[in-house]
Amino acid sequence: MAPSTARPTFAAIASLHLGRLYSIARPLVADQAEDAVQDCLLKAYRAYGQLNDPAAAGAWLTAILVNCCRDRARAQARHPATVDIDEVEDFSLFAKIAGEDPFPYSDSLHLDFLHQFGRDDVRAVLLALPSIYRAPLVLVHMHGFATKEVARMLHAPLGTILSRLHRGRKLFERRLWDHAERNGLLTKERA
Amino acid sequence: MISCRDAVRQLWEYLDGAVDDAARARIAEHLGFCRRCCGEVEFAHELRRFLADHGTEELPADVNARLRATLNTLENER
Repeated sequence: MAPSTARPTFAAIASLHLGRLYSIARPLVADQAEDAVQDCLLKAYRAYGQLNDPAAAGAWLTAILVNCCRDRARAQARHPATVDIDEVEDFSLFAKIAGEDPFPYSDSLHLDFLHQFGRDDVRAVLLALPSIYRAPLVLVHMHGFATKEVARMLHAPLGTILSRLHRGRKLFERRLWDHAERNGLLTKERA
Repeated sequence: MISCRDAVRQLWEYLDGAVDDAARARIAEHLGFCRRCCGEVEFAHELRRFLADHGTEELPADVNARLRATLNTLENER
């Protein structure tokens, strides 16, 4: 008997990706993550016939989700603090931590700095970044997508994505330090 | 010979393999003798791990239930 070539249902495919879709949406649109995933499921369901390879469903769903998040972020009209890219271009979090020495008795100063951050802190830092820098950071460094794939998802040239990643990482480093200062993470006793 | 400033500016791209061969060689040469920049490289690796480790958010049970209900509704519409 020939092997079955029945195409899996949309629900069967999408249900495998719900956790990851929600994880991607949270740092992009915060409390609207569930709504963004719902938007994504509706759009993807209508377009399911265009998915030729069910094995590529993860990237396909993510591309739809990212656009849903972008629409929601626009509607939300958040205006993160103005960013002076030149100001962060030469910022080095490594050097800042070494210079400020926030945990004088630490023998693993840089790691101890990172260990002060919980998931909510990291999400707050990401949400404070302009969305054009946030999305590539989340997709590449938190979810392992290749930069070429992210360029396709965001409908932007590869060079633009690489440049946004570079600036996004610099901004992320700067904002990590600012967040730690503002929220008293530099004054805690070492665990 | 490049400066620490130039090396640090391109560090993540270097780790991503997103610099050209000439730049890669210049940065590698710099890292060969600069202990401070080696520390920067090590920390950049840690930051990448840090981001990857914070990529997964717990899907709350009630959200999961509502999303699955949507999928069921869509399937039943067919």
